[in-house]
Amino acid sequence: MEKLDFSFPSQPAPCVANPALCGVVGSGNLEILVQAGAEPASCAVSIKTSARGFGETWRAVLGSFAASHAAGGTAIAINDMGATPAVVTLRLAQALADYQGGAQ
Amino acid sequence: MNAPLSRAWDTLRQSRTRRLERAASLGLGKAVPAERIIDLLEAVIQPGDRVCLEGNNQKQADFLSESLAECDPARINHLSMVQSVLALPSHVDLFERGLASRLDFSFSGPQGARLARLVQEQRIEIGAIHTYLELFGRYFLDLTPNVALIAAQAADADGNLYLGPNTEDTPAIVEATAFKGGIVIAQVNERLDKLPRVDVPADWVDFTVLAPRPNYIEPLFTRDPAQITEVQVLMAMMAIKGIYAGYGVTRLNHGIGFDTAAIELLLPTYAADLGLKGKICTHWALNPHPTLIPAIESGFVQSVHSFGSEVGMEAYVAARSDVFFTGADGSMRSNRAFSQTAGLYACDMFIGSTLQMDLAGNSSTATLGRITGFGGAPNMGSDPHGRRHASPAWLKAGREAAGPNAIRGRKLVVQMVETFREHMAPVFVEELDAWQLQKVMGAELPPIMIYGDDVSHIVTEEGIANLLLCRTPAEREQAIRGVAGFTPVGMARDKAMVENLRDRGIVRRPEDLGIDPRMASRDLLAARSVKDLVRWSGGLYAPPSRFRNW
Repeated sequence: MEKLDFSFPSQPAPCVANPALCGVVGSGNLEILVQAGAEPASCAVSIKTSARGFGETWRAVLGSFAASHAAGGTAIAINDMGATPAVVTLRLAQALADYQGGAQ
Repeated sequence: MNAPLSRAWDTLRQSRTRRLERAASLGLGKAVPAERIIDLLEAVIQPGDRVCLEGNNQKQADFLSESLAECDPARINHLSMVQSVLALPSHVDLFERGLASRLDFSFSGPQGARLARLVQEQRIEIGAIHTYLELFGRYFLDLTPNVALIAAQAADADGNLYLGPNTEDTPAIVEATAFKGGIVIAQVNERLDKLPRVDVPADWVDFTVLAPRPNYIEPLFTRDPAQITEVQVLMAMMAIKGIYAGYGVTRLNHGIGFDTAAIELLLPTYAADLGLKGKICTHWALNPHPTLIPAIESGFVQSVHSFGSEVGMEAYVAARSDVFFTGADGSMRSNRAFSQTAGLYACDMFIGSTLQMDLAGNSSTATLGRITGFGGAPNMGSDPHGRRHASPAWLKAGREAAGPNAIRGRKLVVQMVETFREHMAPVFVEELDAWQLQKVMGAELPPIMIYGDDVSHIVTEEGIANLLLCRTPAEREQAIRGVAGFTPVGMARDKAMVENLRDRGIVRRPEDLGIDPRMASRDLLAARSVKDLVRWSGGLYAPPSRFRNW
């Protein structure tokens, strides 16, 4: 188990559903909880992951997400069981959409 | 004037006659009892013979293979084996027991690690790793078998053979052997007074043996829809909208992975909603994939010709003779050589997956410590310069590659991969393992499955790279990096250049295709379980027990 914490600048996100939960903790998958955070212009992410040694990959995936989405003012908690960046990116988009009330 | 020295012009026939006489002297007739199979093999096979052992990734002449491996290495040795697939433990036993010394093949799959070890110990000499059609071609030139050991469903008293739905490689092997002085031995699952149909005439067959158990068949093409992920659904949506619809692909072949299974299951739903029924995916060179059932039942598919059959699909195929090739008896007729020919010359697109791809687009499924081979992928995943007939998809691709005055079209060769495999192994790499494997094997070429210059598109979760539109090696490299996600290769991209490629439509993201990744849901799959497939088939599909959880 490895614990990682990051914070990225991001455009403020509208909040409709607080908190929003997406995904499941299963092999190759992850669970994402999006809650209102303290800083309106930043996205704070804390990760618990079963796969050690991928800090730089997490930084790149989350940095790209925060830059391309309005995710400011959120605190995101992730429980990961070895999800690939493809799955992480997809789940983040789904979780943020839920939080913003745009989920279908 | 001296007459030229006389030479015998029928040594093959004489050799064949001597072999048959040896068998006859042991009291062995055309129908050989199973318990005397080793007597037969030791009588008709000679040291140094070239022996073809039938077995593909589907049906296997497993009884004959195990029997050959039990022969006396003092009597039979230095065999040169030619075979499509090295799949069974007994295939490798032949080399470990000193019966065989040389191997020409196409695919080794589950025996890949044992094969690599034998090569390192120099206990096996590999002639070459081929694609199927190439190996069949050599059966008729320089690799003609002296003896062929084949598998059939049934024989009659005369020795006519019925091959059942899994015809596969048999016609090519028998034709090459029987008409060049060789000996053909068939293991059969049953003896019948009257065959449902004759697939191989009796005078091409020298011996038949009733095997103690039916020949093994691997259900290699069954993909459980329950295991298809949302990322695979997303990539399938991109492929359908960006490539199938974009080029109007009607004639095609699919690989066997979950990525393409997802596409098959989106045809009746997502593709139908896009108005693509009748416009794409009408004619296939494809094994009877269970995941194609919903598309067939929805009227998407007009015709399917198959390399082999698939366990559990027999009754469904027989009941859909407008779609599949079937005999007068009603059962399926497959043929690997003809289906591979269709895949080479008659398909507008091949789409499959790989384990590694480099920055030139070369792809390989060879990894260190395993020699796996290629199967049919290098054949179907190549642009045949011998093609002369046009189609809209072929012309459009050709004009993208060479401009509006192109004098030929281009096959679409699509590689569909997630940027990381399981355990975070990156698919995109600076150098393929194939290069190191070449050194270990002492081979003349690295085992590259599909050459980069044949690849037209790469689909990943990040987008589609169209390599046809790239004009320089540097553009090609950045187009590949531009869809390589968060792999080290992807993160090392030139961001400005990738954005430029995106402006030119060479790199396209889901949003460029009008696809919202959040809509990529398993709910889009026409079947979400094997049971759903059975339901779609009206109960005709009978999945093997390992795929049943009810």
